[in-house]
Amino acid sequence: MPAVVMPNTADWLSQLAGVPMPARGQEDWRFTELAALQGLAPELWSGVDPFAQINLPAGISRIGADEAQGLQQQGLNSTGGGNVWSVRLNQGASPRCLALRVAGEAGPLQLHFDAGAAPGLLALQLVLVLEEGASLELLIQHGSSGPNATSFVVVAQLARGAKCNLGLLAPGDARASLLSHLSISQAPASSLQVTTAVGGWALSRLEPCIIQLEGAAQTRLRALQLVDGKELADTHSQVSFEGPDGQLDQLHKVVADGAGRSVFNGAVRVPRRAQQTNAAQLSRTLLLSERARVDTKPELEIVADDVKCAHGATISRLQQNELFYLQSRGIGAEQASRLLLRGYCEEVLRELPAAAAALNPLELLLRERL
Amino acid sequence: MIRPDAPVLLEITGLHARVEEQQILNGVNLIVRSGEIHAVMGRNGSGKSTLSKVLAGHPAYTITEGSITYLGSDLLELAPEQRSRLGLFLGFQYPVEIPGVSNLEFLRVSTNARRAQRGEEELDTFAFEDLVRERLKVVQMDPAFLNRSVNEGFSGGEKKRNEILQMALLEPLVAILDETDSGLDIDALRIVADGVNQLAGPDNATLLITHYQRLLDLITPDYVHVMAAGRILRTGGKELALELERTGYEWVDQELANLGREPAEVL
Repeated sequence: MPAVVMPNTADWLSQLAGVPMPARGQEDWRFTELAALQGLAPELWSGVDPFAQINLPAGISRIGADEAQGLQQQGLNSTGGGNVWSVRLNQGASPRCLALRVAGEAGPLQLHFDAGAAPGLLALQLVLVLEEGASLELLIQHGSSGPNATSFVVVAQLARGAKCNLGLLAPGDARASLLSHLSISQAPASSLQVTTAVGGWALSRLEPCIIQLEGAAQTRLRALQLVDGKELADTHSQVSFEGPDGQLDQLHKVVADGAGRSVFNGAVRVPRRAQQTNAAQLSRTLLLSERARVDTKPELEIVADDVKCAHGATISRLQQNELFYLQSRGIGAEQASRLLLRGYCEEVLRELPAAAAALNPLELLLRERL
Repeated sequence: MIRPDAPVLLEITGLHARVEEQQILNGVNLIVRSGEIHAVMGRNGSGKSTLSKVLAGHPAYTITEGSITYLGSDLLELAPEQRSRLGLFLGFQYPVEIPGVSNLEFLRVSTNARRAQRGEEELDTFAFEDLVRERLKVVQMDPAFLNRSVNEGFSGGEKKRNEILQMALLEPLVAILDETDSGLDIDALRIVADGVNQLAGPDNATLLITHYQRLLDLITPDYVHVMAAGRILRTGGKELALELERTGYEWVDQELANLGREPAEVL
């Protein structure tokens, strides 16, 4: 399939999205420089359809295109994701779509999208429906080795009692960008874990938007983002509780080195109808360089009065007491630093779906720093 | 065991040290020969823990005067990791929790660093597991602790046992145990003391830093030193510890007053 060449205008991405590119004046993009996207060659990716050759394990079946579109719209409406720029860009860029229905206990699924060295924009969509009591372990890998951008939108619905363990492992390239939006709605008694590990991209932007439609569900978010050189990694998460008794456990970890930039904005919305919500959010940053920059912001909107909502943010260098402890056991300062860095990352990486272990995510993300 | 002709492992002479602007050690003198067990006692703030951290090379402490000779070399010239590789061991009062770093991996890297220094070959994962399982018996520790992160979620007693396990693996020449007995119930105290007794031998030495006689009921010291105001005020045999248990530390203030010094600050 030949590449779709777009009119070579500076604002071709805005044309695709149907709205102007976000500007720094917009609160959601205040710290996020989109320069990496502005240099993107105006082409739509034309490689082999990555969804054509996927073997689905038992319990997972494909959904037809029309139904998938309806489900996607419905999912985006519930989280408000439909108005997000990254989603609009995706929808305008002739995305390839994989839509799956999961019934019962499905085998683990692994999806790998590598944008390769080709220039331009690769747009992908994944629609997931987990039926009542279904369970799924899904590992998604992204990669790139060239001046391109991957736009990825996931819309998932978890019915009552469904369990979903979703991992996103994305070691990038210093010329490439990753824009990933996840809109996930949870029915009561469902359980969701999303673990993301992202590093090495010129620009990465992750937008996990989760809604507990009637509360009474469990959401566990684990994230690791690494920046070095002039990379920028941004996570804007949003968890909304639309009923009582919901739970959230969120840990967001950052390693910032070089002149890298990290942005984290963690929104948690607990309206009056969401009494007895129990939500905890912790953001931790390991700052390894004087030149790195970190913006981290919890954004808690709590109206209900009978809730437990905890949040915290720490920014620190390697802990001197930990370093000394290792040194006092014969481990040299440099090796001790490496061990501590690995340990810091491992706390998140070990929560990726089991299939990730064979890929050695630590090595993929840390590379020569190991 | 006291043998006057035993080789000197550690010699501290006129040691003064401070942390930030606070002078803590004010002329410590101590000679430790192989085969000996020394107990260093004293109130909080007397300088006991500072002495142990200075010996291990903690970067927060500055030596302002004096010397420490270890195995005939200047200890103060050595980085903390080199001290460990040469057989100096500090059992921490508060062992540090390191999330994400596997205890087994930590123990293996540490043991191999010491082995390399001794000209022994490094142990691979399998050979090390055999060794560590054998040494676990010294402290009656559950192998499940090997698969956890370093000290993470360990109880106080488990952390101290993990320290003695490290000692069993590193086979130090001089082991300094900083308040290893603090926070232990009576069973854990017995297990830890048993471990120390099993590891003490004619070719190594142990420095026990403690508040209480109860550890010394289980590990018999050859020497007991009483520290106050950053120096060793009195040295005796194990009977000195018993005397302290009876009389407390009030005589220390009197003795310091006679020396024209301020009493040790009680923290």
